[in-house]
Amino acid sequence: MSEHPNHPGHRDHPGTAADAPPPGEYEILEIAIRELLVEKGILANDEVRAAIEAMDARSPAEGGRVVARAWNDPDYKARLLVDGGGAVAELGIDIGPTRLVVVENTPEVHNVIVCTLCSCYPRWLLGLPPDWYKSKPYRSRVVREPRAVLAEFGTEIAPEVTLRVHDSTADMRYLVLPLRPSGTDGLGEDDLAALVTRDCMIGVTTVKPPSTPEAAAAR
Amino acid sequence: MTPRFAPGDPVTVHDRHPPGHVRTPYYIRGKAGVIERVCGAFGNPESLAYGGSGRPLRPLYRVRFRQDAVWPRYDGPTADTVDIEIFEHWLDAGGHERPTTDREEAR
Repeated sequence: MSEHPNHPGHRDHPGTAADAPPPGEYEILEIAIRELLVEKGILANDEVRAAIEAMDARSPAEGGRVVARAWNDPDYKARLLVDGGGAVAELGIDIGPTRLVVVENTPEVHNVIVCTLCSCYPRWLLGLPPDWYKSKPYRSRVVREPRAVLAEFGTEIAPEVTLRVHDSTADMRYLVLPLRPSGTDGLGEDDLAALVTRDCMIGVTTVKPPSTPEAAAAR
Repeated sequence: MTPRFAPGDPVTVHDRHPPGHVRTPYYIRGKAGVIERVCGAFGNPESLAYGGSGRPLRPLYRVRFRQDAVWPRYDGPTADTVDIEIFEHWLDAGGHERPTTDREEAR
């Protein structure tokens, strides 16, 4: 499934250009500022293009590597939970000045991430956010009826499990460290990472054991 | 800037509605919760949004709220929570999770 974010360079998807609504106020503002910066020689068009390309190249595979390492290395997991940014840097993932908070799912606690004010998202680890993450229904509903929303994602949280919603309202970005599924004791990090999908790290689902069809589809 | 609050401290979010850009969601204003962690000091978004310097930096916290104290008809277990990042200048010391307000009941 391809993303169609609302910034320049993405109007060339087949079938979308004709459907694109007229640019909104903020989009016009962005174009105006960008053109001014280019005209004054502060930015080059190629730099803008390269930044978009680099952002689009990020994917949930980065987050999956982090989760797999944490599952296989308790010391790494401990560092990850205390200092997310420092721990992902150990794996060569640069998240810049972003502060990363990693929240751990356990048999007693399930975590789910939202940004009710906009669509803050750990892009360095998960790539571009899915459209539903940015949608008003998800953002407004998951914070007040999270169990119902998770059920619509096919995720039933047992009543004895505490559900924690994390609203990413300011300078922190969040990653859910999912529960390691059963039947994965002997697996190495690459095989483990292949089981970890984007949605598991947002917290709207769980990591499926490798024997299930869902896990096979994830790979 | 030394943070005024420490993990475990009870706090109440200001119930005020200034115009302009703020990062305190409407739904949590006036609610009481507990400091979950101190995140550090960050530029004030209410200044940054208008081209200001964001200084002085403001302490930012993650505050944990009981869901059943935030939403009038929350139907999940009482242990469920919502954690929200809130700047120090939106927090008062003390408070306890209190019943929902008329505004919310009217929803």
